[in-house]
Amino acid sequence: MTVHTTSPQFKQNAARALHDPQLQKALNNVKQGFIDKRRAAADKLPEFEALRDSARDIKNHTLEHLDLYLEAYEEKVKASGGHVHFARNADEAREIILKICRDAGAKTVTKGKSMISEEIGINHHLEANGIRPVETDLGEYIIQLRNEMPSHIIAPAVHLNASQVEQDFRRVHTHLDAKRDLSEPVQLLSEARAVLRERFLAADVGITGANFLVAETGTSIIVTNEGNGDLTQILPRTHIVLASIEKLVPTLEDVSQLLRVLARSATGQEMSVYTTFSTGPRRSGDADGPENYHVVLIDNGRSAMLGTSFEEMLRCIRCGACMNHCPVYHAVGGHAYGWVYPGPMGAVLTPSLIGVDKAGHLPNASTFCGRCESVCPVRIPLPKLMRHWREREFERHLTPASVRSGLGLWGFVAKRPALYRLATRAAMATLGFAGRQRGRFSWLPLAKGWTKYRDFPAPQGETFQARWKRERNGRAA
Amino acid sequence: MTSARDDIFANIRRSLGVKGNETIRNQIVQDRLERAPRGVIPARGQVSGEERIALFKTMAEASLATVTEVASAMEVPQSIALFLRNHNLPASLRMGDDPRLKVMPWSETTLEVSHGPSEGRDLNAVSHAFGAVAETGTLAMISGPENPSTLNFLPDNHIIVVSAKDIASDYESVWNRVRFAYGKGSMPRTVNWITGPSRSGDIEQTLLLGAHGPRRLHVIVVRE
Amino acid sequence: MSDLTMSRPEKPRVGLFVTCLVDLMRPSVGFAAVKLLEDAGCIVEAPVQTCCGQPAYNSGDRGTTRDLAQRMIETFQGFDYVVAPSGSCAGMIKKHYPELFEEDPNWRAKADALAVKTYELTSFLVDVLGVTQVDASFEGAVTYHDSCSGLRELGVKSQPRKLLASVKGLTLVEMNDSDVCCGFGGTFAVKYSDISGAIVDAKVKNIEASHAPTLLAGDLGCLMNMAGKLSRDGKPIEVRHVAEILASMTDEPAIGLAKDALRK
Repeated sequence: MTVHTTSPQFKQNAARALHDPQLQKALNNVKQGFIDKRRAAADKLPEFEALRDSARDIKNHTLEHLDLYLEAYEEKVKASGGHVHFARNADEAREIILKICRDAGAKTVTKGKSMISEEIGINHHLEANGIRPVETDLGEYIIQLRNEMPSHIIAPAVHLNASQVEQDFRRVHTHLDAKRDLSEPVQLLSEARAVLRERFLAADVGITGANFLVAETGTSIIVTNEGNGDLTQILPRTHIVLASIEKLVPTLEDVSQLLRVLARSATGQEMSVYTTFSTGPRRSGDADGPENYHVVLIDNGRSAMLGTSFEEMLRCIRCGACMNHCPVYHAVGGHAYGWVYPGPMGAVLTPSLIGVDKAGHLPNASTFCGRCESVCPVRIPLPKLMRHWREREFERHLTPASVRSGLGLWGFVAKRPALYRLATRAAMATLGFAGRQRGRFSWLPLAKGWTKYRDFPAPQGETFQARWKRERNGRAA
Repeated sequence: MTSARDDIFANIRRSLGVKGNETIRNQIVQDRLERAPRGVIPARGQVSGEERIALFKTMAEASLATVTEVASAMEVPQSIALFLRNHNLPASLRMGDDPRLKVMPWSETTLEVSHGPSEGRDLNAVSHAFGAVAETGTLAMISGPENPSTLNFLPDNHIIVVSAKDIASDYESVWNRVRFAYGKGSMPRTVNWITGPSRSGDIEQTLLLGAHGPRRLHVIVVRE
Repeated sequence: MSDLTMSRPEKPRVGLFVTCLVDLMRPSVGFAAVKLLEDAGCIVEAPVQTCCGQPAYNSGDRGTTRDLAQRMIETFQGFDYVVAPSGSCAGMIKKHYPELFEEDPNWRAKADALAVKTYELTSFLVDVLGVTQVDASFEGAVTYHDSCSGLRELGVKSQPRKLLASVKGLTLVEMNDSDVCCGFGGTFAVKYSDISGAIVDAKVKNIEASHAPTLLAGDLGCLMNMAGKLSRDGKPIEVRHVAEILASMTDEPAIGLAKDALRK
């Protein structure tokens, strides 16, 4: 994997994020914006919960028959005049894309927002080979100027404020009047629109992702609000679709079910502004549209997840609701997770893709509050899957020694009720006595993590079981 | 060395514990592709006549489109001229070769009409929708010389004409019409579902219209 | 096996799963639970018990968890019902024990049998026993935090509120985001203390903004976390388990307060 990861430094990343006041303010927007809007959209549609079941079932059915739907899809793309390429991993995907770009004589490539393109690190590879990739989603464009990764899968620049964007635009758009007014977000948007309009018209190749692929018709689908994805794919002579293999769904009816939950879960819209269904290249008589249509189907670890407990993760439709509702994401933001996918879905997916040895913190940094699962449009049991990673870590002895020995001791005592009663009675009597003056401790040995931020309430002294035995023993028998 | 394609299929099949040639699995897949069963269809859109048109209008307006109704296709040019004047927009209009648009009396207005796809400099364009969906106020556009896709995205102001009879309850009804027109399993090069004007919330979650596509989306429902 | 709720015995025999935290830290909550259950006509017993295994389970140690779960199942299988003054410990038995023995049909059956008769305290009182009011009084406003496992695994939301509404003198003031995690998360609070500290900080701000002088919840872990943060920040808000109020057993000082710091 060539995309750099700082996932092993999750704790340091998190600490830095917690002390970044600008970031904290930006994260507040996530909390307030997305949650209420999703709730309102879900409440307005009585069938929303039934649609979530339907969406889950469609994805499960497709995954169980993925080989056959892939074959059907491939056949349909070819029949419509498109090309299908298969890539086992990121390296192969990058080489395929580079070759298509070179064959097209590409100097500039425009890009729609695509998480798989982040996963395979295509921008860096194109640049290293003399081809200029231009991100066209406003958020992606901004973070490309800053050489950052997206901090959110549907709102890549959610960690930034307007004045940071202004500084970046002034730094990069040096051909524009230095005295121009950029104090309002709408001015920033207008400037990006004008700059990117020229790029759209000049691009030789357009690369988009795909929210879904339809086996019935060989169709790729993108969902955007800006319209950038469409300009990316209809203006250049060549359109390349990047998609991981689990994006497949059987039919147009099936994708209509999924589209009914996608935008509502993501932004709280009834439907995103632009949902585009593309099938093959320009037809005879067409006045516009790409002359070449390529689909690069990327495995990169997915086929190995099938048939395992992590198969359920392959239902993910990348709406971002899990991170929008995650207290940990709200506290530290997306960059702390250290790789492409943040939040609860990242905490499950990242260890599958870059290894649990590197991403081990991610599934551990959760309170298991379950809010992510409660909003997931395809009902992925995210906490359960995070727990499965913790089990793998425990089996492979990757769990930190302090946790292991602490738990080991607790388990040893808890399995022996007589010892448990003896030990707990003594310990609580001691703690209760020591804490009786203030009712709490501001420092305790072995609980530094706890007492760094809060006091530790003192126990009442006698255990329940001791008092029960003393008061009720005769009666209970 | 095996190809990437072969390897990926082999891996999928190994993980799923299948060979790929099982009759039952193949039948299940063929059957689903053939029958394309409908899933959960929200009751909201399952209304007809005036009620459906009213729902479409309400939902389209909720997506920040503007909607107007005209009694006949012959009134469309005047309606567009009025819309442009009311918004202080130049009286120029780009459109494709759609026969439904062509027969409209453009010469009765002062509009300067030109034909063809957009090159990125047009301020105003008009397209004719294939259909619309009342459930969410969504318009369904189909690519081709009649209504080039670039007109949906490059102009600042996009006007879409839709026949009242083409407003369906749900997406599934539109797919049925597409299948009727193009054949089962076939699709036009591009189908665009459009629900409101272009927007972005990428800067501080502030909703701004006209990110890359049209700042205004104006819908004209033809009643006849 | 018949549905237990359909053939409810006249005087059900309830095994109180007191939970480790209540056993060790705050036994008065356990006695409040006993009072509530006995007032509602149950015969309550507290068999010798240790831990349900949740800390091991959430740390990926299935082996230890299974050992502890088997012990729990054996201890409690003879009761009509098992009730815990905790959503997360009841949720462990109800939702996770069956999952734990997925590949062991024999234990799976036993785990299922225990799961169907295990309840969180307030949901047992309201949903199973049909209790609509308690004989209790408490002067003043309280605010209520919905602990995550109870809320999302067991659907505990209206039950404590219904019972609190019957407490004389008490007014419930809802805080913002009452259903958002307090940042406890068991070992998470120690392993990722920086993040946990930030989450409880946000929670405490919402508690304070409610202007209620008393905070209640149904899980002692969350309560200790929030009480510890409130006292560290010097906020004079008293923190109690909801059972203490419902049973009118408020003689013990609130969580984290000394004996002499009693209200009034």
